Amino acid sequence: MSVPVLTAGQELAPHTYRITRDDLIRYAGASGDFNPIHWSERTAVKVGLPGVIAHGMFTMALAGRAVSAWAGAAAVLDYGVRFTKPVPVPDDDEGTEIVVSGKVREVSDGIAQIDLTVTCNGEKVLAQARARVRQAGLGD
Amino acid sequence: MALQPVYVGRTYPPSRPYLVGREKVREFAAAIGADETEYSDPAAARAAGYRDVIAPPTFPFVITTMANDVVLDDPDLEIDYTRVVHGDQRFAYTRPIEAGDELVCVCVIEEAMTRAGHGFLTTRTDVATTAGEPVVSVWTKLVVRGEG
Repeated sequence: MSVPVLTAGQELAPHTYRITRDDLIRYAGASGDFNPIHWSERTAVKVGLPGVIAHGMFTMALAGRAVSAWAGAAAVLDYGVRFTKPVPVPDDDEGTEIVVSGKVREVSDGIAQIDLTVTCNGEKVLAQARARVRQAGLGD
Repeated sequence: MALQPVYVGRTYPPSRPYLVGREKVREFAAAIGADETEYSDPAAARAAGYRDVIAPPTFPFVITTMANDVVLDDPDLEIDYTRVVHGDQRFAYTRPIEAGDELVCVCVIEEAMTRAGHGFLTTRTDVATTAGEPVVSVWTKLVVRGEG
């Protein structure tokens, strides 16, 4: 798979991912996380949430797709995030959207560190989101 | 309060081995919309140097979250699971998980404390093959929200 070489300071093209309720049901099944706050409005509201929210790990997985798109599927060496805000997903056809952008903080010995910014409705939903990736064709 | 630094370093017995299935990897990749061919096509994965399809970066959590039950169910920690919120998540990979891997998890408590009524628990789960080859280490920080 051919991927571009990353350079320090480079801004990486943002990726937008739409999330609807059926995505959450599918993710629940695939991941085994059946916490009802991700599919039951009644339960979500009862525990003080604005409504059904996306699994944090689903948001992290989507941001991981952006990293794979920038660097290659098998290039990720380290990937971490802090979950800071829930991602509410309305019960309609549009659902919601998250936007994942990235900036290359540094490149050293063929390994690039990418700082990620992940927002929903203009608000950051992850903090300290970082990935270290191996540059294509180097260090393999 | 039950989450205290005295538990840091507590290590739990290895989990029952988890056999990574090709269809499970495909199902997970489809659920997150990841369409790289290495996740679904064994020939593409082999061309990239793997034995079988590889799993997306957050797939290990599917395995470690089950293994972590041994920590959450530890009676000494007195964790009320209904009050648990996922705080931080991190993966450090030796290599991607491949279909056919038979994986064992060992969970260690790296942080345990109570502050301002909230509990904080960070576990590290080392994931290795049954042959002892390290694959990925997974850190999960949970916050147990205090009452009121």
